[in-house]
Amino acid sequence: MQTGNLLLLLVVMIAGAYYMGHRRSFALARPLGGIRHLHSLPFYYAMRTAIWCAIPALVVLGAWLIFDDTLIRVTVMDSLPADSQPVDASSANLLLNQIGNVASGAIAASEVSPAVAAAAEKLNSLRSLNRMALAVVVIVVAMLGAAWGWLKISPQMRARQQVEKVLQTLFMLSATIAILTTVGILMSVMFESVRFFGKVPATDFLFGLQWSPQTALRADQVASEGAFGAIPLFMGTLLISAIALLVAVPVGLMSAIYLAEYAPPKVRSFAKPALEVLAGVPTVVYGFFAALTVAPVIRQLGESIGLDVASESALAAGLVMGVMIIPFVSSLADDVITAVPQALRDASLGLGATRSETIKKVIFPAALPGIMGGILLAASRAIGETMIVVMAAGLAANLTVNPLEAVTTVTVQIVTLLTGDQEFDSAKTLAAFALGLMLFITTLLLNVVALHIVKKYREQYD
Amino acid sequence: MSKTTEQVRKSLAKRYRAEKMFKAYGMAAIGFGLLALVLLFTDIIGKGHSAFFETYVQMDVTFDEYTLDIMDVNDDEELNFANYDGLIRDALREKFPGVDGRQEKRELYGLVSTGAGYELRDMLRADRKLLGQTRTLWLLADDDVDVYVKSSSDDRLESRLSENQKTWIQTFEAEDKLELQWNKSLFTHGDSREPELAGIWGAVMGSLFTMIVTLLLSFPIGVAAAIYLEEFAPKNRFTDFIEVNINNLAAVPSIIFGLLGLAVIIGLFGMPRSVPLVGGIVLTLMTLPTIIISSRAAIKAVPPSIRQAAMGLGASNMQVVLHHVLPLALPGMLTGAIIGMAQALGETAPLLMIGMVAFIVDVPGGPLDPSTVLPVQIYLWADSPEQSFVALTSAAIMVLLTFLIAMNTLAVFLRKRLERRW
Repeated sequence: MQTGNLLLLLVVMIAGAYYMGHRRSFALARPLGGIRHLHSLPFYYAMRTAIWCAIPALVVLGAWLIFDDTLIRVTVMDSLPADSQPVDASSANLLLNQIGNVASGAIAASEVSPAVAAAAEKLNSLRSLNRMALAVVVIVVAMLGAAWGWLKISPQMRARQQVEKVLQTLFMLSATIAILTTVGILMSVMFESVRFFGKVPATDFLFGLQWSPQTALRADQVASEGAFGAIPLFMGTLLISAIALLVAVPVGLMSAIYLAEYAPPKVRSFAKPALEVLAGVPTVVYGFFAALTVAPVIRQLGESIGLDVASESALAAGLVMGVMIIPFVSSLADDVITAVPQALRDASLGLGATRSETIKKVIFPAALPGIMGGILLAASRAIGETMIVVMAAGLAANLTVNPLEAVTTVTVQIVTLLTGDQEFDSAKTLAAFALGLMLFITTLLLNVVALHIVKKYREQYD
Repeated sequence: MSKTTEQVRKSLAKRYRAEKMFKAYGMAAIGFGLLALVLLFTDIIGKGHSAFFETYVQMDVTFDEYTLDIMDVNDDEELNFANYDGLIRDALREKFPGVDGRQEKRELYGLVSTGAGYELRDMLRADRKLLGQTRTLWLLADDDVDVYVKSSSDDRLESRLSENQKTWIQTFEAEDKLELQWNKSLFTHGDSREPELAGIWGAVMGSLFTMIVTLLLSFPIGVAAAIYLEEFAPKNRFTDFIEVNINNLAAVPSIIFGLLGLAVIIGLFGMPRSVPLVGGIVLTLMTLPTIIISSRAAIKAVPPSIRQAAMGLGASNMQVVLHHVLPLALPGMLTGAIIGMAQALGETAPLLMIGMVAFIVDVPGGPLDPSTVLPVQIYLWADSPEQSFVALTSAAIMVLLTFLIAMNTLAVFLRKRLERRW
């Protein structure tokens, strides 16, 4: 039975359990003189029965689905005769793929060795056995659970408390998914990074000036040894982010100041949402705009004044990225500027300062921590931005600070290393995870510092 | 007049100038932002509007039995593999009898799209009596012809077409047998190597399945987490840690979630690559913080008097939340969820990591079919060297932006109409 059908059947069984529980609670209440003699409402008895039907069955189903593939694989590999056992991990993978292909009919059984064909047959029979066993076990568990829950119903039972306890636990588990996600991210990048640093020394990675991840695919191939010095990538990322911030910070800040302090309500009610549209535009659209419109314009402009501009210049990507970040800076700055108490403004204006003087000398210093936090968040956003640079920045790892040349960034390299056809274990793919680790650590630090600053500042005036 | 007043008066003009300048900077900043927005939209629309129409040429096509190379018109198998391109070639040769030589013939045949044959097949299948008859039909032109027809007379000089082809097209134009028709394939086909046949429908369906998975997972989980954190969580280290995690995850670059999906969901759990189910799970993890944060804000906005009234009538904590707080907070939560969905719909980078970048022609039929999504389709087309794909990419962007604008408008509408102010 397919897993989807099994789930549907399970849903039907749960509904059935609910119905039966409901009926039984009424049946028990009638001789006592109505449902007011039950401890809980019939709904809770019904829910309790449904929960007893659902949760054990779902736990069994989940655990089964996680482990069954591995178990089947191990059994099939063990069933191979000794002389066709694979020697190492990569040939084992190859053999497994072959067996899988024969089993699914993609390769004719006559084209492979009899041992593989036999293994494929075993794989098929094990799989159908597995599906059958899974369906039977899950259905039996669900029925047993429902029956248990149904039998235990009694007028004295505290069904409401039990159901509420289960719900609360479910709510708590949902909240812990945030922790699990963080742990999952850390584990996945750390684990692969450690393997990468086993192949390439960490110092070479962190301080190397040469980035050319092409490694020999076969042992006998004449190819340059891959160089994994990430400094050019870090420099490229910093260069593009710096350009973006140079655009976004002044523009965003001044927009926020104008909107908060000068703009008449009509202008504000129009301009603020209009600027926020910029934040809602997908990054892939910005990437397209940068690569096909902005970059050629910059190139032509440069040529007209005699400058040699690369067609994938850092300037184009940085400029467009800056436009993307404007709304982040402006809305965060707007929040902190409007949070500055009116009394400070009134005091300054009352002493005869002009509005701009009030803003520059009073409001801005008061809002500075919040603004700094906002800028740090914007920086973290710029560093982690992917699509604009993938589409508009180059692939060549040049170590330069000239914004007219092509540079590459950490995110671009992660995408190019992982979207090609690669072995999962090669130094190239592992390098992507090491870069991901660096990216995660950097943005995490920036976020923690920024959130801390923003939070601390907010507490001052609230 | 005192010395200080004198000084202030002297500097006043300068100060007022500085004031004006400062205000002008502010207006310039707003202007820059709005200008960027207008430029972006006009650029996209200017590039993309032409892709909604395609060039068709009118010709007399004879459904000739010998050219088609079929024996029995009622045999579906034969009809499938009949030589429909031959019919078009005959029609073209008849139209321009002077064409001779391999090179010239190839140029002539190149005027009509390779997809036109399939349309003839569908026509013949629908009406078998067509065999042997001649019909005047509009046939889909090749994308190079399309570009040539749509471009201005200056740009026509730079066309990829040969001189012969240009003359032929001008003949068609002179006879008024060239027409722009609504681009059906854009909204019915999957991806294709031929720009005139490529469509976004496959990507739209892929996006739809991905969004369904994301919504089904992230909304219940996000609301449950928000309820726990607002209503039940004890104030201790553990809950603080959860909050720190949520706030940080909201700012983690999206590509990192792609790495998580690749290493854990595909690598560890062995789920297939390129399917909307995995894409939906990754986007769920990505949008959860947004939904949790907005749901918490919505719960916080419900006044304590409601809770106290319910408790006073003897409701349990859980009943207070489920019967009273949740229904009142739901519009706010929905608004947050729609904004989160809009974010997920425009997301590209994490989906590249889990392999949703493949060239997929078939329209996916479910969340377990390999597929791509709209933003990834835009990314793929933006990489294509052919000129027609630029217009097509912009058209796809226009469709994507339409969806996003619709979702955000819905969110604003919901907020205005349903959300209660206390």
